[in-house]
Amino acid sequence: MLDGGPAAPVGGADLVMRGISKSYGGVHALSDVDFASRAGSIHAVLGENGAGKSTLIKIISGVVQPDRGTMSLGGNPVRFASPLEANAAGIVCIFQELSLMPDLSVADNIAITDPPRTRLGLIDGRAQRRQAEALLARVGCEDIDPRERVRDLPLSRRQMVEIAKALGRHPRILILDEATSALTGSDVEKVYAILHQLRDEGLSLLYISHRMHEIEELADTCSVFRNGRHIETFKKGDHSDDEIVQLMIGRDWSNVFPPKPARTSPPEPVLTARGLTWPPALRDISLSVGRGEIVGVGGLDGQGQRELLLALFGVLRGVAGTVSIGGKPVKIHSPASAKSPEIGMALIPEDRKTEGLMLPMGVADNITMAALPWLTKHLVVDRSAEAEKIKEMVARMQIKVSDLDAPVATLSGGNQQKVVIAKWLLTGARIILLNDPTRGIDVGTKQEIYQLLRSLAAEGAAILFYTTDYDELIGCCDRVLIFYDGRVVRELSGESLTETNIIASSLNLQPGEIPTGAVQ
Amino acid sequence: MKTLRFAIAHNLGLVLAIGLFVVLYAIYVSMHPNYGMNVVLQNGNEALALILVGMAQTMVVLIGGLDLSVGPLMTLVNCFGSIVMAGTGGSIVLGVIACMALGAACGFMNGCIVVYGRIQPIIATLATGAIYLGLALFLRPTPGGRIDGDFAWAFTNDINELGYTYGWWEDLGWFGLIPLQPIYLILIVVLVWLPFRRTATGRGCYAVGSSEAAAFMSGVKINRCKLTAFTLAGFFAGCAGIYLTMQIGSGNADAPQAAEYTLRSIATVVIGGTSLYGGSGGVIGTIFGALVLRSISFIFRVVPESSALGFVASPLLQPFFEGVILLIAVSLGAARTFRVRNRLSLFT
Repeated sequence: MLDGGPAAPVGGADLVMRGISKSYGGVHALSDVDFASRAGSIHAVLGENGAGKSTLIKIISGVVQPDRGTMSLGGNPVRFASPLEANAAGIVCIFQELSLMPDLSVADNIAITDPPRTRLGLIDGRAQRRQAEALLARVGCEDIDPRERVRDLPLSRRQMVEIAKALGRHPRILILDEATSALTGSDVEKVYAILHQLRDEGLSLLYISHRMHEIEELADTCSVFRNGRHIETFKKGDHSDDEIVQLMIGRDWSNVFPPKPARTSPPEPVLTARGLTWPPALRDISLSVGRGEIVGVGGLDGQGQRELLLALFGVLRGVAGTVSIGGKPVKIHSPASAKSPEIGMALIPEDRKTEGLMLPMGVADNITMAALPWLTKHLVVDRSAEAEKIKEMVARMQIKVSDLDAPVATLSGGNQQKVVIAKWLLTGARIILLNDPTRGIDVGTKQEIYQLLRSLAAEGAAILFYTTDYDELIGCCDRVLIFYDGRVVRELSGESLTETNIIASSLNLQPGEIPTGAVQ
Repeated sequence: MKTLRFAIAHNLGLVLAIGLFVVLYAIYVSMHPNYGMNVVLQNGNEALALILVGMAQTMVVLIGGLDLSVGPLMTLVNCFGSIVMAGTGGSIVLGVIACMALGAACGFMNGCIVVYGRIQPIIATLATGAIYLGLALFLRPTPGGRIDGDFAWAFTNDINELGYTYGWWEDLGWFGLIPLQPIYLILIVVLVWLPFRRTATGRGCYAVGSSEAAAFMSGVKINRCKLTAFTLAGFFAGCAGIYLTMQIGSGNADAPQAAEYTLRSIATVVIGGTSLYGGSGGVIGTIFGALVLRSISFIFRVVPESSALGFVASPLLQPFFEGVILLIAVSLGAARTFRVRNRLSLFT
């Protein structure tokens, strides 16, 4: 199927679904859905988590089979029993969670399903590399060496490899499920360009994203799903952002972000860092977070924001500079010491599946994992105190769960993130570091998290909030520190906290000198 | 009712192991010509060392590793015990304590190598296992040593015999017929395992096995958890060595036996429903896993050779059937995969 060159796709196809229903146990994931996407268009699929988007995608790509309903591709009725069959019909998916094998080379990954062979039936390494080079060039990533291990690439580049891999499979319908959430800076532009090009070549693209500005940039048509039903399909521009969000959540968007309290005097500093340096990611960073304050950390991805949080939390070794809590210098050499009562720090990690949760363990065990040392009496865990705390947290965080001992892996993304947050709230942390906590989470849960953060701040917590979402920086934070190349290049607050300023500062430009077209 | 359903659902491996044991043991009992308490005693005698070694393996498997040194460590403690458990009275007690300490110390050393040497458990214990066996051979180049006969007899028997031998108590009726091995086991489980499982460190071991990164980022003291798991493993292996010493009355640095115990310990863990990926299961399952393995060999003994089944009862076929049972047990555990609707969830 693969021929070593950047073969043009075989051309797109219309996809039509009629009366599709699917339920898991008693839960209707999709009920009687009609959906169509045309060749030569980018079709955004919108909805909260649990709205049925993922199920729709899984049905199209053959991962699950619908209970009822029919599907046709280019006018011919189809029914896929497996992802392999869907693939053969030209349906290719790029998922939010990357499907690359980290220890294989880029070329191996790209050709994984059908590597070019020599006459002896062995994998033809050279042909495979040429093919990878061609596909990488197609997505504008000539700089990635196909021989490189995927593990050694930054997240954003891996995402580009993923896209190149998808193109190598000659899609007629290309599905992108939050596929751009890990992209940064120039890669975003490249992906947008290639997606537009694919559309012009006649492909049908299905695009799932939680980011409004991406949808504005890309989509021709939008379909909104809510509670397993198809609510509306419309052309881009027919509805404003606010209207779209209202369609998605079924309620008013205006109070998504809780109001910021007015401040008369500067708050007493709780967390102060001076001259934090950890080359090359951190260069002489100084900051302070006050009592009751939410300080945003912004900028393009990969400018040292994550390392800052890890450095504060005692994960990184050999960090120069001083950290003080409430004016007293402290040494934090591990997460275990960071969470101790003298310091009282919590970090909601970036990747909840690997750093936040013990996936096979129960919801209850996960919630008390961090606070366990304070729930023990004579070395042994005090079960009744533990049960009470768990109950309290489940209620406070509104975690939807029927069996507290069920593996946390069975919860939805939003509920999993609530478990991670609950785990840290239980330690009574006064300093809360958040690393992009709302990535891949539905609007409803996001809103709950914003309100929670604000109420924690009101109770006196100091919050350092790294997010890649501009709306969150503007809506949620009292001040925002913009990172560029391991330094804080600007601090924005009050009137100056605008999207334009954030974007300009992120590129280390003075406000007002943004070249048009340079952003996004 | 709901609680019970959840309890079963969350301990499916344990339930399966118990079920398998009950079935196999019932077959054994029904075929035995003169089953009685003396047979239970004999069964217990043969099963206890394997159970203890399996418990040792479970600790390391829980944190996501494999311990290849449990068999050699048991052998080392056996040889050491054949020296220090000599004499009578107080000196035996001291000897037993010294054996437990040796086991725990060796386990702790394994842990140190894994934690501070940053070496994977399987390879670290491959090396230390050879070291322990070497030490055992050094202590007992040839099988030998003789521990006090009364002691060996009384403490591997039933409650009545224990009383008679030392004149502590007279015939206690049916109660006196209870063998000591299950009592040892219950003591170890109640005094060591159950409390451990409820400590923060114990919970931490499960967390480390589930996701070491998440445990670390949750501020779990992962090094302490690993060291504790290895030390407990050494302690259990030491207990197995002590019991073996009492059982055979001497020390023997038997390398093939050590290797066999190590490999069987892995089988008992798997049959007992502990995931080899770590993070779920426990020693209770392993106890039944070991009993399942032992029941198979018991059955072989009672199938009359003249019967229709006689030809399969050849002792030579025993490893074959043990392998088949192991496969069946593991496949039963994997049966959930048929119910999985989203095939992606098979991999997480």
